[in-house]
This record gives sequence, structure tokens and C-alpha cells, in this order.
Amino acid sequence: MNEYILKNARIIDPGRNIDCKGDIGVDAEGRFAEPAALKAPKSVDLSGKVLSPGFIDIHVHLRHPGNTLAETIATGTAAAAAGGFTSIVAMPNTKPAADTVGAIELLHRLTAREAVVRVLPCGCMTVGSAGEEMAPIGSLKSAGVVALSDDGKCVQDHALMRHIVEYAKAFGLPILDHCEEAKLSEGGVMHEGKWSVLLGMNGIPAAAEEIIIARNIIFARKINWKIHMQHVSTKGSVQMLRAARAEGVPVTGEATPHHLTLTDECIKKFDTNYKMNPPLRSEEDRLALIEGVSDDTITVIATDHAPHTRTAKMVEFDYAPCGIIGLETAFPLCFTELVKKEVISLPRLIKKMTVGPAEVIGIDNYSMAPGNAADFTVIDPEAEYVIDKETFKSKSRNTPFDGRKVSGRVVMTAVGGKIVHQA
Amino acid sequence: MQWTRKDLLSLYDLSGDEITYILDTAEEFKKVSERRVKKVPALRGKTVVNFFVEPSTRTRVSFELAEQRLSADIVNMQAQASSLLKGETLLDTVKNIEALQVDLVVMRHSAPGAQAFIARNLSCGVVNAGDGAHSHPTQALLDIFTIREKKGRIAGLNVTIVGDIIHSRVARSNIWGLLKLGANVTVAGPATMVPREFESIGVRTCTNLAEALEGADVVNMLRIQRERQTAGFFPSTGEYAKFFGLNHDTMKYLKPDALVMHPGPINRDIELTGDIADGPNSVILEQVTNGLAIRMAVLYLVGCVKK
Repeated sequence: MNEYILKNARIIDPGRNIDCKGDIGVDAEGRFAEPAALKAPKSVDLSGKVLSPGFIDIHVHLRHPGNTLAETIATGTAAAAAGGFTSIVAMPNTKPAADTVGAIELLHRLTAREAVVRVLPCGCMTVGSAGEEMAPIGSLKSAGVVALSDDGKCVQDHALMRHIVEYAKAFGLPILDHCEEAKLSEGGVMHEGKWSVLLGMNGIPAAAEEIIIARNIIFARKINWKIHMQHVSTKGSVQMLRAARAEGVPVTGEATPHHLTLTDECIKKFDTNYKMNPPLRSEEDRLALIEGVSDDTITVIATDHAPHTRTAKMVEFDYAPCGIIGLETAFPLCFTELVKKEVISLPRLIKKMTVGPAEVIGIDNYSMAPGNAADFTVIDPEAEYVIDKETFKSKSRNTPFDGRKVSGRVVMTAVGGKIVHQA
Repeated sequence: MQWTRKDLLSLYDLSGDEITYILDTAEEFKKVSERRVKKVPALRGKTVVNFFVEPSTRTRVSFELAEQRLSADIVNMQAQASSLLKGETLLDTVKNIEALQVDLVVMRHSAPGAQAFIARNLSCGVVNAGDGAHSHPTQALLDIFTIREKKGRIAGLNVTIVGDIIHSRVARSNIWGLLKLGANVTVAGPATMVPREFESIGVRTCTNLAEALEGADVVNMLRIQRERQTAGFFPSTGEYAKFFGLNHDTMKYLKPDALVMHPGPINRDIELTGDIADGPNSVILEQVTNGLAIRMAVLYLVGCVKK
């Protein structure tokens, strides 16, 4: 591989607390290097652009194996690259579920064959994510999983959950938990509140999430082990998470771009691209979530990229599957809604898309320091455009953001120095 | 005014003027059913499909008679949402119906918004005959028509709707229609079934029946489904009748000339006692008669709209 120097960019590297104009080199091994240490490098002019460590999304559904009509490792990772993500954590609710060494080995094989960004496997907490028996957590760790999750489902048996957290701690695996009390959410298709009442739809109360957040905080405190709350969506969850973190409990939380930008009112036209789980919440919840992002209660932006075919989504709202794709819209949405609106600075947004998620899955020193793998993302902060789902690399088109005007474009993504996306 | 909608999906979508226009049109059609020959050629040559994905007897019969009295050609289809799920999608099914050059689809479905979803994707007209707990516009229109016929107005009337508000499309449609025409609306029932969120749109919510009925011009007693009891919304039908049923003791809170309504089918001695259902304040059967006129008016308006 040819050496090159990324020149004249605004370098934002939260892991080293750097925000300055400068140059960064990439050596023949695909690692970051001091420009002076390179022999005959080419140069890439990035004037007016921002150079960031590659984004990490710790919440992605690749659907492969199981539903390759909706997404494949090839298309999902291409979408990740287009969105500036160089590492993604693959949720285990594939078919078959990633609850065995064999399933993880299959994922490694598929990834080696067709992935363009790093795919980090996540294993199930319970067999088949059924919430009944503990998955072979030690063996999954040996096979290379970086975390455990039953995402899409939530272990309802608190005694089993306690054992999982204790057992996972011994293997150093963080828990990424989808927080949902199933009896409270049963039959629900949207947030329980003013709009579910007006529309006559079955609601999912905030309490369904908050009860499990409370449980997880109790276990994280008692066991002193990392539990990460996936897609936090309610004001009560943010408040509990804030208090627990202030106390030093090892809990973290993520927010999705859609929970930060949309509310339950969007559902009044019954468009299934607004159906997700957890559901879009009230404006009060959305504002609390933004506050949580602003005061670092929420340290991670994650997409919950959930591809579904057009056929699957073109049905009655009640019967549509939950979820939207998010990899290719996450950065511009957050840049437009959080940075442009001065909720947080660009370096802080980048931190929540790099160092924040890296810490959750135990990657230390994630930065563009010389010697580290040259995973980076280049942003054009001046770009303004309209999201067009037909340009997506993802195989699916289930997004509610088509036609939305945004600022900030990912113009280049590189993994190990190799450029995997350029716009 | 000129009617411009190809679909009737929800009273939330309509203006007060549009609702009044439907009521005025229904007055004309009501006369048709009082004639010796109960038929007009208003929809002659048009085809209407009654597509009931959720079973219905009363509403379907009312729609069918309305269509016959307008001289439309009719096809009835029934399906189970569950079997649709297994095979053909709802959209494919209705696209196939539309491909047969049908003019109107009257649909009932258990999923809120199902009609709005297909209406967006079809060029033929769609009339909502009930979508889950969301909307049942013709029922609300016939209720409002009956009130207007008896009271001469809607604006300023105190209308109380009692019962399983949270699961009721009849309540939701009445609320929107009555609010748009200027009535004061109260909803009442067990606390588990009366969401406070309705207050955000100007509806009074109440869990005490006496308070809810005080000074009411109209009371609409909704049907209580027994399965709500097993789902834990209230302890027993006996307790329901005792605290939320209309009987001689609770009648006294109403104005003496108040109208007692019920969308049917009635559970006698639960929502209201049999003698009140059959008594002088009851307009329950007139609601049924007026339903025919309302459905004729709606089918005529959406069926004859210029596309």
C-alpha cells in the first residue's frame, strides 16, 4: 500500500484531545504515522474538511445470515462506509441467531469475504435470545465477540439476568441491553401518550423501558460490571442513567438519531417508516434525550440500523416490523440537529461516535495516534443537501428521512488506510 | 360547497363545514327511505366493494342497504387479517379489487390506519367502516345527525360519552366531530379506560359518572366488551354496571330532555338498564335508521367526486 499524507484538514481527535489544523500520515502498513516519518508519500488535500477517527456504530443489524433480501454484509458494510463508520457491532438476532461458536465463525467467514468495514460480532446473552438459558458466553468470547446482547428482546427473568451479568464480567464482556419489560409493552405499536390515545393505537409506556433501566442499574452497581443501555428513549431513563453515572455505577447509554429528531406525532399519517422499538417518544422525552446528550449522560450515538424490505414495511401499521436504517443518515442528522443548533460542539459529537462507543466495547486509546490502524472519516461541514434514499448503499430503503434537508457530508472513509468510500 | 374528497377516513381530517355538508346531504337521503320506492339512481353504474377484514353484521348491513338504495352494484368480501398476513398482502388484495374497475371500497379492518394506508395507494375511493380503535366516521356522523335532528344544533350542547373510551373508535370519531361543531365533550368511565390525554384537545375526562352526567344534553353509552374484564381493566360487569351504568338513579343527573344513545349492540342492564334503553329519552333505534341516511350521503359524496 502506498503511503500518503492527509493535508490541511481540521483534525478532530477526541481520544487525544486534539482539535487543530494539520497533517496526518498513513504508512505502508495502513497505520497512522508522523508525516515526517514517511519516505515518498502522496498527499491528499483536505482543506476545508474535518478529519476524524473512523466512526463506530455499536448497534447495527446486518440481517446476514437470515434475511439477505433486506441487507447483506456487503451492502450493510458499504452503507456503513458511506456513513463514515469504520467499525460496526453486528447485533446477534440473525437467523440463526449468533448464540454459538459456529454462528460467530460464519460471521467471520462472511465478513472476510465481503465486508468493507470492520464487523465486530456481538453474541447472544441467552440461547436464541429466548431469555431462558444462558448462551455459551465463554465460548462466544473465545470466538471473538466483543459484547453480549439479546437486542430486540430483553431478558425478563431477573434472576437469569443477574447470573448473566456476573458470568459475563468474568469473561470481560459488556452487556448491551435492549430495555423493555415485555408485559407492559405487549401489543404496543407506538409510544403510549397523547398520540397513541388520539390514534387509538396500543401504546408502549415509558415505564416498560424505565423498569428495566432501573433493574440494570441495580445489577451494574451490585456486580460492578458494565451494562450499556441501548437506544435510550425516555426522560425517566435519562434521569436514572444520569443519577447512576454520577454515583459511579458502570452504566452507559446510547441515543439514536431518530429518537433525537422525531416524535410520536409523526405517526399520525400511519407511515410504517416511523415504527420502531423503542418507539418514537413524546417531545418532552426527545428534549430530555437531547439534554442527556448535552451533559454526557448519553455518551454514544448509535443507529440501530434495521433494514427491512419494502414488502415488509408496505403493510398495516400494526403488522409492520419495527426499525429503520440509519447508517447513511446518522452523521448529517446529528450534525444538523445537534451541532448546527449548538447543543454540542462538533468535537463532542465526534467523541460520541468514536471514543464513546469504543469505550463501551472495551477498545482503549481509540485515536489517530501514530501506530494505530488508519481508520478515519473525512467530513465536509459546509455541504448542504437533501437526503435521497435512492442513493443509499444499503439494500433497504426504510427511512423516514428521505427528502430531509441536512448539513454535513461524509466525503471519505478509510479502514486500515484503504479508502472504502469517497463522495 | 363542493365536496372534494375521494375518501372518508376520519372526522379528524374534515372541517366543520364538511361535516355539516354531509349531515345536510343525509337529510335529503333520509327522505328516500321514507318513500314507497326506497331507491334513487345516484350511484347507478358504480361498483362498490364491501371489504370486511374485521367481521361486522350491523355496519355491513347498513352499508349494503345504503348502496342498494343508491342503485350501486355491490360485491361483499370478507377476509381475516391473519390469513392476509400469511399470504397476499392487504395492498395486493385491494389493488386486485381496484383492477376490476371498482369505484369504491368500503373497508373495516382491525388495524388503525389501514384504510388511510390503502387510500394513499389506490385511485378509487375508500370509505372507512371502522379501523381498530382509531376511527368509525359514519357511526359518529349518524350520532351527530341524530343529535342535530333532535336538538336542532350541536354547538354548545353538553355531550357525555361513557364507557371503554380507550378502545373505542366510536368515542374518537364522536370527539372529533363534536369538537369541530362546537359541542362540549366529556368522556367518562373506569380510570383504566379513560385516558387523561384527551384533555389536551379540549375534552373533559371524568371517572365519576354523576359528575360526568351533570347537566348533559346527550349521553352516549358505549358497549363494554367482556374481554376487557379478563384483561384487567375493571373487576366485573356487575361492578361496572354499578358505577358506570345508566339507571334510574344516575338518569337524574341528566337534563330531563336528554338524549340517551348507544352505538349497539347493547348489553342490557350493564351499560344501561333495559327500561332506559326502551324509554322516552332513548334514540337508539333512530340512530340505526339515521345510519342508513348518513351512509347514503357519504357514499354519494365520495362516489360522485370529480377525480
